[in-house]
Amino acid sequence: MKPFSYQKVMGITEAVSDLKEKNQSYIIAGGTNLLDLMKVHVMQPQHLIDINGLKLHDISERDGGGLHLGALASNAQTAYHPLVEGRYPLLSQAILAGASAQLRNKATNGGNLLQRTRCSYFYDNSTSCNKREPESGCAALHGYNRDHAILGHSEHCIATHPSDMAVALAALEARVVATGPDGARSIPMADFHRLPSNNPQVDSNLEAEELITGIQLPPEGFAEHYAYLKVRDRASYSFALVSVAVGLRMEGNTILKARVALGGVAHKPWRVPGAEELLEGKEADRENFKVLSEAYLTGSEAFKHNKFKIKLAKQTLVRALMQASNLKL
Amino acid sequence: MEKNTPSPIQKESIMLTINGTVHRLEVEVWTTLLDLLRERLKLTGTKKGCDQGQCGACTVLLDGQRINSCLTLAVMHDGSEITTIEGLAQNGKLNPVQQAFIDRDAFQCGYCTPGQICSAIGLIQEGKAKTKAEVRELMSGNLCRCGAYTHITEVVLEALERSRT
Repeated sequence: MKPFSYQKVMGITEAVSDLKEKNQSYIIAGGTNLLDLMKVHVMQPQHLIDINGLKLHDISERDGGGLHLGALASNAQTAYHPLVEGRYPLLSQAILAGASAQLRNKATNGGNLLQRTRCSYFYDNSTSCNKREPESGCAALHGYNRDHAILGHSEHCIATHPSDMAVALAALEARVVATGPDGARSIPMADFHRLPSNNPQVDSNLEAEELITGIQLPPEGFAEHYAYLKVRDRASYSFALVSVAVGLRMEGNTILKARVALGGVAHKPWRVPGAEELLEGKEADRENFKVLSEAYLTGSEAFKHNKFKIKLAKQTLVRALMQASNLKL
Repeated sequence: MEKNTPSPIQKESIMLTINGTVHRLEVEVWTTLLDLLRERLKLTGTKKGCDQGQCGACTVLLDGQRINSCLTLAVMHDGSEITTIEGLAQNGKLNPVQQAFIDRDAFQCGYCTPGQICSAIGLIQEGKAKTKAEVRELMSGNLCRCGAYTHITEVVLEALERSRT
């Protein structure tokens, strides 16, 4: 690690003003991804702002029936919280599908959203990467791109977002709450992460001077009909090749509302609201799910080593929808 | 914007209770908890495997919770209690999980063992794993390149059962 200065802050205002005033300053909370990247010199902050002393650890019910998840609540605290397990089991399962028990004890909710891609070229300083070093090129484009994106990528970047939690939050239509110099705002999950376009160095629409303070879950948690299905190279402690988060509202075998997000396939959790609507009023059956899966992969474009992901994504979608609606495979 | 050039070496004073002993230390802010334990305090039972949070060899208990000590800074834990493999034995008697690893031969080279044991103790305290499949899942953050998983899983399951009786 390269030398940096460090300060523990005790207030949100102090954190935000330090972000603004100190050059190359980064927030540290759990640190499980930031320190990893600092060791390999992919991220080189000059100043770290330790926010662990802020009061952002609570998980509590919101007026109107939703849930508030503090930015500093750990991934483990969140996944095992009775209100999350009971009302948002999709989120609980998605969190527990990611990382290891040790990492989930340390990693925070805010940090989970802001973790960087695990593209091997991003991590390797000896290769070109537009995300790490703008305008240096993308070595993944013609490299070993088995883990890479099949949707929403650009010629500048084909990296995927690694979070499982974010995929569930996208399906749940959560909002990210952030505070910046101009006050607080909430950002829908659909707009939080962004596509790489021609500036893949920017992962999200969070401003550089903003601090995530929490996540808001809407009242509907799809606790009756949900699935988080993650396909990966080993059964545990591995990033997704493809993952699917599904929440269904059903009456009998009829789908009233469907929320579906794909992970491991794009620079952000992938949702196609128009395709979700195709299921409304329809019977839960394999044929209708196949229609959705085709619509979700519309416009997909694979690379030399990840062509399998298009079919895998479609089949994982169908299977997750079957699971969520309690249909036998 | 004012450019703040970091001072070449920033040190901070912290207090850590490690295996029951209070340590008042001045640490360079970029020192990981793992490096503090191994290099400064010579508690080399905690191992550095990958130094990237992928292998679990550096697992310690921080305020009772298992974490990867390689992925956290010592300076972030002023006032915390840390238990390492060196702190598990009580009054000259090994912790039952330690003893079980020996009795059941749950290792070959032993390099991952301190992390496996600290992780197993964390798992038992968390109380989430009950079945063999759940033990395997919740121990997946500890790799064993010798492949001693079969015995490790059995030891952890036995320790879990003992902790319930």
